[in-house]
Amino acid sequence: MPLAPGGLLQLSPEGLYCPAARAWIDPWRPVPRALITHAHADHARPGCGEYWAIGASEGILRERLGAEIQLLPVDYGQLHRIGDARVSFHSAGHVLGSAQIRLEAGGESWLVSGDYKRCADPSCTPFEPVQADVLISEATFGLPIYRWQSGAEVAAEILEWWRTAPERPSVLFCYAFGKAQRVLAELHRLGVGDEVLLHGAVDRLMGPYRDSGVAMPPTRPLTQLERGADLAGRLLIAPPAAHRSRGLGRFAKAQNGFVSGWMAVRGARRRRGYGRGFVMSDHADWGGLLQSVKDSQAQQVYVTHGQSSVLARYLQEVEGISAEPLEGHFEAERFDDDEATPAGAEAAAIAASSPAN
Amino acid sequence: MQAFAALFRQLDGTGSTSAKLEALQAYFLSAAPADAAWALALLLGKRRRRLITGRRLREICLAGTELPEWLFEACHAQVGDSAETVALLWQQRADGTGEPSRWDSNPGRVTFEDPLALWMDERLPQLAALDGEKQTKAVQACWRSLPPDQLLLVNKLLSGGFRVGVSTGLVTRALAQSAELDEALVAHRLMGGFTPSAAAFAELTAADAQGESLSARPYPFFLASPLEAGQLEQTPPEGWQLEWKWDGIRGQLIHRSGGCSLWSRGEELINEAFPELIALAEQLPQGTALDGEVIVWHGDAETPEAFTSLQRRLGRKAPSRSLQRDCPAAFVAYDLLEDQGTDLRQQPLQRRREQLEQLYENWQDVQGAEGKGRMRLSPTQTLRSWGDLDHLRDQARGQRAEGLMLKALDSPYLVGRKRGHWWKHKLEPLRLDAVLLYAQAGSGKRANLYTDYSFGLWNSDGELVTFAKAYSGLDNAEIRELDRWIRAHTTERFGPVRAVEPLQVFELAFEGIQPSKRHKCGFAVRFPRISRWRTDKPASEADSLANAMALMEQQP
Repeated sequence: MPLAPGGLLQLSPEGLYCPAARAWIDPWRPVPRALITHAHADHARPGCGEYWAIGASEGILRERLGAEIQLLPVDYGQLHRIGDARVSFHSAGHVLGSAQIRLEAGGESWLVSGDYKRCADPSCTPFEPVQADVLISEATFGLPIYRWQSGAEVAAEILEWWRTAPERPSVLFCYAFGKAQRVLAELHRLGVGDEVLLHGAVDRLMGPYRDSGVAMPPTRPLTQLERGADLAGRLLIAPPAAHRSRGLGRFAKAQNGFVSGWMAVRGARRRRGYGRGFVMSDHADWGGLLQSVKDSQAQQVYVTHGQSSVLARYLQEVEGISAEPLEGHFEAERFDDDEATPAGAEAAAIAASSPAN
Repeated sequence: MQAFAALFRQLDGTGSTSAKLEALQAYFLSAAPADAAWALALLLGKRRRRLITGRRLREICLAGTELPEWLFEACHAQVGDSAETVALLWQQRADGTGEPSRWDSNPGRVTFEDPLALWMDERLPQLAALDGEKQTKAVQACWRSLPPDQLLLVNKLLSGGFRVGVSTGLVTRALAQSAELDEALVAHRLMGGFTPSAAAFAELTAADAQGESLSARPYPFFLASPLEAGQLEQTPPEGWQLEWKWDGIRGQLIHRSGGCSLWSRGEELINEAFPELIALAEQLPQGTALDGEVIVWHGDAETPEAFTSLQRRLGRKAPSRSLQRDCPAAFVAYDLLEDQGTDLRQQPLQRRREQLEQLYENWQDVQGAEGKGRMRLSPTQTLRSWGDLDHLRDQARGQRAEGLMLKALDSPYLVGRKRGHWWKHKLEPLRLDAVLLYAQAGSGKRANLYTDYSFGLWNSDGELVTFAKAYSGLDNAEIRELDRWIRAHTTERFGPVRAVEPLQVFELAFEGIQPSKRHKCGFAVRFPRISRWRTDKPASEADSLANAMALMEQQP
């Protein structure tokens, strides 16, 4: 069951291709039929003929790819016949509407994990373990130094950090889609009812979450803040790209923090110049990756994104599971999803420098 | 220990100087003297003793986690710090075994709640004194007893790599304010080493007793700031004393009742490396402290030797007679801080200089022929108009100096870097355009980023020959861009080093260029750094070794 011509899945210039379904999974170039694991920009790209995706991600996909895209909303667990393949989408626990995609044809089954995490997240449905003969798994945080606390614990740290600085504003940098809403939902669970300020890039993605019934504190876009409003004790959530930008001039005196899995490493935090790092990721940690591989009962594992060669070697040598990194062209075409930098960018660049393998 | 860990977290978690100052003050006010003493020594970097090597910590960690070594390497490459990698990997393991167990091989002795001083004086040295399996067990037991977020701190203390973003000046200020003392006094009391103990801390923070004995200590150095163009032009030029900025090391030469000493700017006692200067100090009257430059200078030569000669003397205890003959050290005096036991630092520079000249004349009367040129007065000049400044500076190269110093004639001798009184005006650096050949990832903050670069110049056969390494000069955006470029244009890997396609040209700036047998290209440059990314230049137009030779020949 190799990932090669004649296989159920193969690599094509447009991305991962399933000939039986005549469909591409998260293609990076326009194709007639795209199966989308989730709506992050490096997985869902514009210009495809039709998009198959979880219904809950529809709002965000239309926001990002255009309102007019042809979208076929599906539910978790539903079995679809596409061409000669049977295809189902299963919750990945990554962000709202994220899925792992399982394909079955000719007596073999493959599972494409997309991005996923296994810890609880009140802003999306939980990860579902799925079995298949072959697994293609991400490995953004595929090193044993990465081990996550629960989102609730981290949110409690964030809340304490925010509350102990009532004399000045607090700016929390979070990826605009997924992390920001997860933090808000966790804060709501801790009883936060104060209005939270949002940078425009975050505010734009709130609608689909509210529509899906995710409970979050009241929010207000920064653009609707009165001039001269007292900012002491206020919390602003902004994307990392706004860090040190002129747009946040009014928050010059604020304390700041960054919420990301990368914050597990001190040097990574200091390099970015954030005061506080909160370790919370929407990707699986080391233990989560290993557990998912085992749960899948796959006989063959391909590893992509980030630490693909490390995780593949570990699976092969220590766990005795047949595994190999999926680099080369596949990675080379990959853009940085916010959270996938720097490791994702690194993998992409390394891949670009070496001949496709 | 908990209080110190909290302080570490606070300092590490803010970029605000006032927040750091506040945290430090609060700590010094509340900590027991023995703990405060240790905290101070650690923050000032005065006790950076490696109790257990990073390599050994890794072994101990691997023995307990059963991870393969290659996986540790992969993690280390991502983290960029051994102590932190160990801390992160150990936490991973602790999670699997459930609740951390208590430190039990040494029942009831020390726990994380115990004072910092107990950890530093007993607990950690005890771990270091063990070896083999005993040490492995004891260190692992210690790690198990720690709250996960404190593993990093303890490992940093064990491996001697404790650092946090506070300057000596800031720590001194915080301590002075918490003890309600003058900052300069505290800085002075701290000079020349500090051995952490409750008694030493009490002495350090005791009320100011006039005329107290600081006889064992050098004075804190007063430091100059870089001059920016046009900065002084509103002031009368005749108010400034100009001197060469010598290319040696700063030193303080002292003769007091307790004996003679030579201190480096890094507050190291360097008596042993420079016996001829200690002999010189003995010829000076008791109660003398001179500020000046330690440099290699032959008795009858017009100019000193290049810094490379001094390097042969530095760090060498008990230099041989022949080395002393080949590379004789001289002390170029430029300030007098103490004369006949009186602290002159509040006197204006002009007065101090007069007394210095008097002292020099007296010394010339007593010294014999053998010591000729062992002490020199740094010559002074005055300026008629600001228009002459850069012309004068350009003559520094002929003096083997790095540029000019400008000191206000009425300036007191202050502590540390205080802007306004003393300025340094360095020569324009030498420059060559070179091609990027190799890159290596940095560590710490630069872990996982290619930031250490090697550059080459063309030889006459049309090949690129490595000639310098540089680590600084690019801004963060350029570093990221170059990092990506390097990853995408790697031609070969040698362990952590990547060879890249020879396409990118950088202008390198450096302070001097000297022949060297140790370098393949035949010369060595001083303080190389990147001054510009020459995206406008193709590699074929980079400089050649012949251009470098020509630069070398232009120097004295």
